[in-house]
Amino acid sequence: MITRDWLLDDSPTSRLQARLGRSYRLARSLMRNPLAMVGAIIVLTLILVALFAPWIATHSPVGQDLAMRLKPPSWDNWMGTDELGRDIWSRVVYGARITLMIVAVVAVLAAPVGLVIGAVAGYFGGWTDRILMGITDIFLSMPKLILALAFVAALGPGIQNAIIAIAIATWPGYARIARAETLTIRNSEFVAAVELQGASSFRVIVNHILPLCTSSMIIRVTLDMAGIILTAAGLGFIGLGAQPPLPEWGAMISRGRSFILDQWWVATMPGFAIVIVSLGFCFLGDGLRDVLDPKHGDRQ
Amino acid sequence: MASETDSAAQALPTGSGGSPRNARQAWKTLKGVLGVLAAVAFTFLGLLAITFFIGRVVPIDPVLAVVGDRAPRAVYEAARIEMGLDKPLIVQFFNYVGNVLTGDLGMSVSTGKPVAEDLARVFPATLEMATLGIIIGVLMGVPMGVYAASRQGSLLDQVIRVVGLLGYSVPAFWLGLVGLALFYAKLQWVGGPGRLDIFYDGMVDPVTGLILIDSLIAGETDIFFNALSHIALPAAVLGFFSLAYIARMTRSFMLDQLAQEYVTTARVKGVSERLVLWRHAFRPILVPLITVIGLSYAGLLEGSVMIETVFSWPGIGNYLTTALLNADMNAVLGSTLVIGAVFIGINKISDVLYRVLDPRAR
Repeated sequence: MITRDWLLDDSPTSRLQARLGRSYRLARSLMRNPLAMVGAIIVLTLILVALFAPWIATHSPVGQDLAMRLKPPSWDNWMGTDELGRDIWSRVVYGARITLMIVAVVAVLAAPVGLVIGAVAGYFGGWTDRILMGITDIFLSMPKLILALAFVAALGPGIQNAIIAIAIATWPGYARIARAETLTIRNSEFVAAVELQGASSFRVIVNHILPLCTSSMIIRVTLDMAGIILTAAGLGFIGLGAQPPLPEWGAMISRGRSFILDQWWVATMPGFAIVIVSLGFCFLGDGLRDVLDPKHGDRQ
Repeated sequence: MASETDSAAQALPTGSGGSPRNARQAWKTLKGVLGVLAAVAFTFLGLLAITFFIGRVVPIDPVLAVVGDRAPRAVYEAARIEMGLDKPLIVQFFNYVGNVLTGDLGMSVSTGKPVAEDLARVFPATLEMATLGIIIGVLMGVPMGVYAASRQGSLLDQVIRVVGLLGYSVPAFWLGLVGLALFYAKLQWVGGPGRLDIFYDGMVDPVTGLILIDSLIAGETDIFFNALSHIALPAAVLGFFSLAYIARMTRSFMLDQLAQEYVTTARVKGVSERLVLWRHAFRPILVPLITVIGLSYAGLLEGSVMIETVFSWPGIGNYLTTALLNADMNAVLGSTLVIGAVFIGINKISDVLYRVLDPRAR
């Protein structure tokens, strides 16, 4: 109880207390949103499964057993086995690591780039703005999947190149948001105060503008996660993403394509994993938007 | 009746006012259209810059990709000069733009034909599927969105909301595979992969390239129904994604309108709920809805890339994925250009339509 009072104190005595208090309030209002909670639980489960994959998987993800090929779901193989006798459940579990890695790396690559470009364009305005946003708009007007496909084709297939290609297709959205946020902040009084004290543009952008863009960024990144997962799975499905024997979900569906008419489980099971995880990110993103950005809350 | 004419006046551009005002209005519209055209030209140039960049700069050596790594030095140099790679990048770019504008997209390594010719052959198949998809999406998505908004919070509303989110989280290629396993293999309701049964292949002369229309022109109803059974599943899968998006947006627009005061006025006057919904609230959202449908249509062209592989559909998506796997860069970039151009084109057209139809946006 005492911790709770300390967290909810109206006049925090330290920055740490203020920050913790704010996070606590956000967490509490997020808990009241059932769909957001479902989403948070799914995303948390994904992280846990990825971390503890060796303990959760019942078999080796790459161990072949040709005597056991294409067996339907059973007590031993919860999701059946594929054409090389590998246990699909174990492969789906290890696939969580790949999916998590892809979304994390894309977010780490694309979000900061978009954030900086948008903030710089919004802060300086004029020609800087026009040139940077011109480039951003060209990328935005391209269909994302096609752009990623073309880049992977030029870079060569593989999971690293797939990640780079998805990041290239994703950053423009973030640049647009960061610019819009910066435009609303740029003319506020605290920015003028810092500028009068002689702060450099670099300092203003990094210390005073970027931190204020982060909350809308987090919402957008979470909402984009589903799209990133689908694009990565699509690249894997076409054969340009993760290469065998990596248990990437899209690539697994692609292998199961030949058996879809008789051994439906090979292609179907990894698909369920994709749907559940993407839905989780959608729910969480919707909930975060309701909590962090009340303007849009009542419309959805 | 007064409120009805009000809402009609809001939805339609009216040509009232004196002639100088009309002229000013026309000038403003013209300026807007010119601005859009400049933006379109700029975007297309950007699109060309991206494909040029991908084709000439990203690969380690485009010449090696053509002659192979065992070619003698002289052949390599000759190919390099023939491809114009000894010139500065900017000159190469202008040559590239000139080639594209004259319809020269290079030769495809895998089919041995000009890429432009290949694309013209495969495009109608994609167009046919995406068009049927958007028709399904509009016919089902719009009523779903309207009813969800009119019964906000009801079970139906929740179901439609989940369907909308599923549209963002289901992989299209997976849904296609599951559909094939269920409706083709198990239930045998629809035809399998491909546009026609092999038996019918090549029996109608291509006039428009759209088999559904060509078979009707030729009077071959057998072939028409066969083609219909083949296109039904892929079009339904695409239709699902567009209906998810369209229903979500329609619901959101309708909720905005239903909260307006003129809707309350109409209700207070005793206008029936059906009229309030469809005449008073629905009409004003027609204009933004056009943009949404345009976006969705463009998105389906992109979505068909994934679907076509699953259904062995001989369209542009299949062509692109085959080219990708064979590292046939001319075909890849040509398809990217065409899909990108159609995508941008549809977006800009719906943008212009919005400006023309909505008096507030002028």
